[in-house]
Amino acid sequence: MDNDFSVILCGAAGQGIQTVESLLTRTLKKSGFNVFATREYMSRVRGGINSTSIRISSKPVRAYSERIDILIPLNEEAISHVKDRISAQTIILGERQFIQTNSEIECEKIEIPFEQIAKEIGGKIFANIIALGVICGFLNVNQNTLHKALAESFKSKGQVIIDENIKAANRGFEIAVNLIRNNKIKREFLLKRNFDVINDYLLDGREAVALGAIAGGANYVTFYPMAPSTGVGTFLAQRGLEFSIIVDQSEDEISVINKALGASYAGARSFVSTSGGGFSLMCEGVSLAGMMELPIVILVGQRPGPATGMPTRTAQEDLELVLYAGAGYFPRMIFAPGTIEDAFKLTQNAFNLTQEYQVPVFILTDQYLIDSYYNITSLEHEKLEIKKYFVQNDENYERYRFTESGISPLSVPGYGTGLVDADSHTHTEEGDITEDPIIRKKTVEKRFKKLELIKKAALPPEFIGNDDYEYLIIGWGSNYYLIKEALEELNLDNVAFLHFKQVYPLHSNVKEYVRKAKKTITIENNPTGQFAKLIELETHTEIDINILNYSGYVFSVEELYQKLKKVVEGDYNK
Amino acid sequence: MIIISKTEFDKDIEIHWCPGCGNYLALRILKESLTELGIKPYQFALISGIGQAGKFPHFMKSQSFNGLHGRYLSNALGAKAANPGLTVIAVSGDGCTFSEGGNHFLHTIRYNPDIVNIVHNNQVYGLTKGQASATSQIGFITKVQIKGVYNQPFNPPAIAISLDASFVARAFVGDIEQTKEILKKAIKHKGYALIDLFSPCVSFNRVNTYDWYKQNTYYLDDSHDPYDQNKAIQKALETKKLPLGILYLNPNKKTYEENVTIYNNDSTPLYKRELDKVKFNELLEKFR
Repeated sequence: MDNDFSVILCGAAGQGIQTVESLLTRTLKKSGFNVFATREYMSRVRGGINSTSIRISSKPVRAYSERIDILIPLNEEAISHVKDRISAQTIILGERQFIQTNSEIECEKIEIPFEQIAKEIGGKIFANIIALGVICGFLNVNQNTLHKALAESFKSKGQVIIDENIKAANRGFEIAVNLIRNNKIKREFLLKRNFDVINDYLLDGREAVALGAIAGGANYVTFYPMAPSTGVGTFLAQRGLEFSIIVDQSEDEISVINKALGASYAGARSFVSTSGGGFSLMCEGVSLAGMMELPIVILVGQRPGPATGMPTRTAQEDLELVLYAGAGYFPRMIFAPGTIEDAFKLTQNAFNLTQEYQVPVFILTDQYLIDSYYNITSLEHEKLEIKKYFVQNDENYERYRFTESGISPLSVPGYGTGLVDADSHTHTEEGDITEDPIIRKKTVEKRFKKLELIKKAALPPEFIGNDDYEYLIIGWGSNYYLIKEALEELNLDNVAFLHFKQVYPLHSNVKEYVRKAKKTITIENNPTGQFAKLIELETHTEIDINILNYSGYVFSVEELYQKLKKVVEGDYNK
Repeated sequence: MIIISKTEFDKDIEIHWCPGCGNYLALRILKESLTELGIKPYQFALISGIGQAGKFPHFMKSQSFNGLHGRYLSNALGAKAANPGLTVIAVSGDGCTFSEGGNHFLHTIRYNPDIVNIVHNNQVYGLTKGQASATSQIGFITKVQIKGVYNQPFNPPAIAISLDASFVARAFVGDIEQTKEILKKAIKHKGYALIDLFSPCVSFNRVNTYDWYKQNTYYLDDSHDPYDQNKAIQKALETKKLPLGILYLNPNKKTYEENVTIYNNDSTPLYKRELDKVKFNELLEKFR
């Protein structure tokens, strides 16, 4: 019995791939399978060529694999699009004209006239649902579970539509059963089930960040639509109202951050969401947050640049942008979630940290994590707290009072009879404009003191491996599970993994980890090794090898495995 | 020097403006209007940008937010959204509002937040020493526009009226009492209120002086119907003599704070609100 299958649906935008993906993952999870799904798509609304990869497993799977066990091509370009991933093990199912393409590829190809069957049921539109039924049939999913998922998904469309979809799924299911029964298919797709996963959560990165924001008490959210982060704003616009969250689609990213800071000044827990290009417009606003010491949480969903780049693809190219954005010096915190759980928890706590330290806090993620999802057991949300740091003000209140810690008591206009002043100039303790060199120095030192505090509060990196490692693999953000799985495959005692979900400031133990290694290897998705440079700067140690990916597409587990194998064999070349 | 009456907004601080600057009068007008309306310094927020007018919050007692060049209307909108109970007055000049912040000016009008927007219009850049502004007249010579301004001047009231701004007025700092009346009406008005406030720059604009404004303006009388958008635009487009007073009013518009709906049954500002954890747990259940 295998442990893990990979199903790929590939076709044009607008062909309903996402609907099938969503139904299939939910049905499989409810059937006791672990699921992971990620999609890659073009920056267009109709046409083009997109695919979704779904891994189904008896144990948790959480990373993109290039392997294909079942491929369902939905148009003539589909097979060409994924042909490098097809192996002799792959089974291709679909319309004759789609599976006939790329005849040089040798693998099992089974013709299923989805469209014709769909027309018999009531329209071409059901073709995808028949395909869904076929996959569920191969995996021997409980049909009731499938029916429930369909009923839930088409609830708003009425019983007739639900019944037709159930009929379509049943037809697909029968096709699969007959193929197996008549030995028309060489492979079996049977997996052990784990009924614990039925109660798991199934979230993608965008939902995890948005839910984290709600759980963190975000109540003023503003954004300008930009891939891959738009979905976070959309989610909050749809679900936010019941939590008294104001969601604003603003005229541009400059106003986005300035509204958020105006709201923050008046006591909101402000949240903005963007990608690298939009963030470029926010840079002066970030500097304003630094000077005014106003709380704000900024989500930057990375995609490949420069400029418009590839809007719907993935990258880790904006670490340096986020790290250095804004005129002048001021402290900041940058988190880079490695998992869906991280995306939720780090975002939630970002709203506490930004108020506690009065520094901008970043959630730096990317298209890959935003568009990936898998089942998770717990978000530990019962333990989460919303911390508020507002003090009531009075006549003696000074917004920027110099204190031992560097943190001045935070208050908001209207909370007392004092005056709360915020100023973009170098300012006195009261918040008045000044050019006095002594006060200027004190204000700079105030910000430095806060940096020292947030350094002490930095999250330690996660270390996976034996203490007597020789090779230390260093990764950050969304590459977490990809690296982890590749290393599990490699299975070598002398290779350890150090993953960072906080990339600035770095935890003080980094130096020790890095210096202990005989060879340090960083893995990241940009052409220059931005995180490697940061590690070198902080540890005064040179990183030996940078494994860099700037294709715009995420590493696959297999690709990383091959690269890491070469590293330990001593013949890794860029 | 102008004698300024004593108010509880007075602040013991050196004022940076040139002697004779129109801003002294604007400051007096604002302080006296607030006093007459019974508003206390801690009950309102003065939100400003950059430029001579942007320094306003430093020269009077208020809750203040002196932000970046061009962005103050976005700051003001956010602050009002977070606490609708706060009176928000947004102050800056013509450069900050119409050039650097032109896009925010247009869109803030569309949102219609309940704020007062006082734009000191001296038709020149003061803080950067004498370049043309978006409202400088054609032919206005500066050390940059050496052959005179050739760009079409920005017409703030006409643009605001065309966007159906809910309150549009023009005023002149030289007329203290009239301007106070306009300002008090603007503060009491529900919705976005623009006051295009002529405030002469005595250092860098030797054309549009106190006398020039006196000679080239007139007050609208009762024959003007401020509820008629077409007539209001016509008035705003007059160039021979510039009309002063309330040009346009639309009292029937919902404010931004009303449109976001979270305050409709509960006026609690955001900083006092708590997450409904029961509802949150219910939401999470949908992802199982």
